[in-house]
Order: sequence, then structure tokens, then C-alpha cells
Amino acid sequence: MPTSPSDPHDLVVIGAGPAGLAATVTAAGFGLRVALVDAAARPGGQFYRQPAPGLGAARPEALHHSWRAFARRTARLDAQVAAGRVHHFAAHHVWAVTRDPAHWTVHAVTGPDGGQGRAEVRARHVLLATGAYERQLPFPGWTVPGVVGAGGAQAMLKAGLVLPGRRIVVAGSGPLLLAVAGSLAAAGATVPVVAEASGYAGYARAPRTLAVNPRKLAEGAGHAVTLLRHGVRLRSRSAVTAVHGTDRVEAVTLTRIDRDWRPVPGTGLRIPCDALAVGHGLVPQLEPATALGCATRRTPDGTWALVLDHQQRTTVDGVWAAGEAGGIGGAELAFVEGEVAAYSIAGRGVHGSLRRRRDRLRRFARTMAAAHAPRPGWTGWLREDTEVCRCEEVTAGRILDAVSGLGARDTRTVKLLTRAGMGWCQGRMCGPAVARLAGGGGPAADRRPLACPVVLGELADGQG
Amino acid sequence: MTRRRTPADVVRAAPGPAFEIRFDGRPLPALPGQSIAAALWAAGVLSWRTTRRDGRPRGAFCGIGSCFDCLATVNGRPNQRACLVPARPGDTITTQEGHGHADLTV
Repeated sequence: MPTSPSDPHDLVVIGAGPAGLAATVTAAGFGLRVALVDAAARPGGQFYRQPAPGLGAARPEALHHSWRAFARRTARLDAQVAAGRVHHFAAHHVWAVTRDPAHWTVHAVTGPDGGQGRAEVRARHVLLATGAYERQLPFPGWTVPGVVGAGGAQAMLKAGLVLPGRRIVVAGSGPLLLAVAGSLAAAGATVPVVAEASGYAGYARAPRTLAVNPRKLAEGAGHAVTLLRHGVRLRSRSAVTAVHGTDRVEAVTLTRIDRDWRPVPGTGLRIPCDALAVGHGLVPQLEPATALGCATRRTPDGTWALVLDHQQRTTVDGVWAAGEAGGIGGAELAFVEGEVAAYSIAGRGVHGSLRRRRDRLRRFARTMAAAHAPRPGWTGWLREDTEVCRCEEVTAGRILDAVSGLGARDTRTVKLLTRAGMGWCQGRMCGPAVARLAGGGGPAADRRPLACPVVLGELADGQG
Repeated sequence: MTRRRTPADVVRAAPGPAFEIRFDGRPLPALPGQSIAAALWAAGVLSWRTTRRDGRPRGAFCGIGSCFDCLATVNGRPNQRACLVPARPGDTITTQEGHGHADLTV
């Protein structure tokens, strides 16, 4: 049975991370009746994941940055929920959004496998604040237990207070690596090195953007201080090009790479460790948006994000988006965009200072994306037997055969010929890598009709 | 020798009493609120699945429910994402082999 109140809300917000949370409390503050639908038990998204209450953390903020901005908004949310202005559908996984002439309906299921219950939430407006997941580029040995996503290590640490090992190498690209390495070290892990594939020169080429974003510079400096204090070395233009060990990580090979991320021969260095946290930036999570037909654009770091106007409106009437779905930009930008969207949805003019802050942070996000964008030479660290698709165990060799022998030119054809991207994760892990191996990219952002796993009985029931 | 700092120290955690789960017949402690994957990591267990084709070991990778690498058989039900499923007292987790439905093979 549906568990939702049957009368429609003014606004349904999908995602309770920084963007969705800010939008919800701002819109409810304007008197809108808001439904907030989120997969987690508590608000915060991936960035503000917290230990479960049972873990009794007295200082959850110790593993977080800018906790106050979050605490202020959750306090407002609690008050609005208590006053009945916001319905918070926690632990609800959204699998589809549909439209009838008058309303949007957000379809959600509960339980880790979507089999426990369901809800249908109706509203006049939709805000997509769906966030992002991590981009992964394959390399020999990345499927060995102990190799974990950098964001995954951070998530497991924040929520479960656990580490994948005691000596953890952090590698990949993007500013998240510094935060992850800092958290892991603060939590007791030894982090012998952070390997950043890019250089940091990209930032220096945008001095004006840096000058108007002093808080971003301070944030970077803060990470640097944490790393110094814990004796973590930062090596730019380096990548982990191999993992050693069969049943679990025993060591990694760290290799110098050139400007295009091609490994420099003879520079490999073996570093003993028992875990590797790796990630190459983030990919916006767009399933509900692309299913609704929202237009996408290619961002400077090669991912797809939503086309949004200055009021955070998508190209589909009645649908707004904020935060990472509109291009990776971090929590501070997400808070601001959520507020801008709420002003727009409530029909209030977005005041200039808020808009200028958003634009300034967006510029920084673009600089950041360009500085850390994967370069094509990374394919040079693949071996023929390197698995690219983790679910279907499809190797780089088989994908390259499909491309050079069978004429595949895009991810879809590679998928049909090799099954890469046809497994459980539906290409979320291997998509960017397959696109690159297939010749640079697919025709558009991935479209997946279902945003999360749904049991068949639910689909059948949902037709009613 | 000084004790190594732990994640629980950083947030000054005072967890509720630990309870027991079983992994492949072995008793392991879990803390209230931890996912099954977190309880296994805390016990130093990093893999609890073997792949369908090559039988290779896998465990948690993305940590947020996107990658499906952490599938486990929990209380006899295969294909549960261990990073999302909360550990409960008495849970029995078994290494999932392949697609997890070997018992149905005729």
C-alpha cells in the first residue's frame, strides 16, 4: 500500500544532501508544503553521512568539513517537519518520476533491495538534488579486495566508523582525495602517499577565479595542513598503475605519468599497503532527470550534467535541479543552488548576492573540473587482461577487440558485443572507461529507465 | 606502546553493546547501526563474494550501494548489498558464490 499522504505537495525534493536540504528548508520557509524523499535514514547525503545513532558518536563533526552550515539547516528541517510543513520520506529509494496533467508523482520503494514497501509522492513541482557517485578508471588489480572507492572509504568511515586497512594508499584525481586522505589519517590509518594524476597548474591558470573564492583556497590549505600533520606525502602527476596481491591488497605500483596521463616507463615504485582508496572525481547522478527528458551537457571534466538556467530550471517545465546534478561543484555550491532553486520555485526573485555567490562558486567548479579532468593517456596503464566491467568481468582486451575487430564505436555497441555495462551496476562503474575505449564517448548521457533496483511485483503493482 | 587511534576515538563514539553475527560459521562482533559491510571490515574481512565467471573474491567497493560488488547471502537470501543492509543480532552471512542461486540448480 502507498504510504504517502494523498493530497499533493507544492514541491517534492529528491535527495536530502546539501542541495536538497537547503532547497527544502528555504521553500518551506516561504510557506510551501514540501516532501523530501531520500534514500538515507537521515539527511546529509553522501557528504554529510553520519554514524548511525547506535554508534553513539559524541562528535560526528570531527569527520566533516563545514558542519555548522549543515547543522543549521537540519535544525530548521526538524522544526518544519514537527510543524507539518515538510514530510520527510527517509529511507525511500526513488525509482521513477512520472507526470500526469496536473502533478508529478515520485515513485519510491523502501528496504535495501526495494522489497519492503513503497510510496508515491505527488507534487506540483520537482527538484532533483540527486548528487553524484564516484568515477572509476580501471587499472590492473583494481578488483582485488582492499581496493575501494575513495568516496566509498570515506562513506564507510563516516557511517560505520571502519577502515578497509591500516596502511592505505589514496590515489586518483580531484580534490576529494585530499579530504579522504585527511579523514583516513585522522582516524588512525597510515597513509603513505596521495597520488594525484593531474598537476595543480590548472588552478594557477585561473587566478581571478581563485581570487574571488578565498574560502576554497582556505579549504585546500586546510587539507594540506592536515596531510602535513599526519606525514602524508602528496605526489602529483602520479598514478597507481597496478595492485599486487590476489586475495587482498599487498602493495601497489605508483608510476609517474606525463601531462596526458601516459605512464613514464621505468618510474614504477612499489609501495607496500593493505588497502587502496581510489577515485577519479565524481559523476552526476541523472537517472530521474534523463528519464524525464531533461537536456544534458558535457562538462569540462568529461561527464554529463543537466542544462540549467540561472534559476536552476531544467529544460523540462516544472522540474528544477541543484547541486552535483548540474555539474560537480561541492557542498557549498550545492547549498547555494538549493536556495536559488527554492526562491525560483516559490516565485520569488533570486536576489543578486545569492546569484553572484552561485556564479562565483560555479566558476571555481569549472576550473576544478578542468584541472582534474582525466587525460586520454590513462588507457596506457591497462593490460589486455585488466577487467574494465567489474560485474560482467569483461576485460580491456575484449572491449578493444569489439572496437578494432568488430567496428564498435560507442558504449552501446560495445555493451551489445561484450556485455560490458550489462551487469548489476548498469554501467555506473565502467561507463566512463568503456566510453573512452570505444572512442571518446557515447552520443548522450546514460539513460536508465529505473533509477534503482525494484522488485518485479512492485513494477506490476505500480501500474495501478 | 601507545594504542593506535581508531575512527571511534575521532568522533568519541560510545556505541551500544556489541552483538554477534556469523560469517561463514565464524562468530564476529558488530556494533548497533553498522552495516554488514562495516561489521565485516571492522573484523578485517574484505571479501565475501566470488564472481560468477572466474570465481574471484570481491567485497565492498563503492560503499554507497551503486556498484553491487558487496553482494552477500544474508540469512539465506542471496544478492543483498552488504553496504546498505544493517547488521542485526544473529545474522548469518555466507560468502556468496556466483549468482547466489546455486541451490536452485537442477
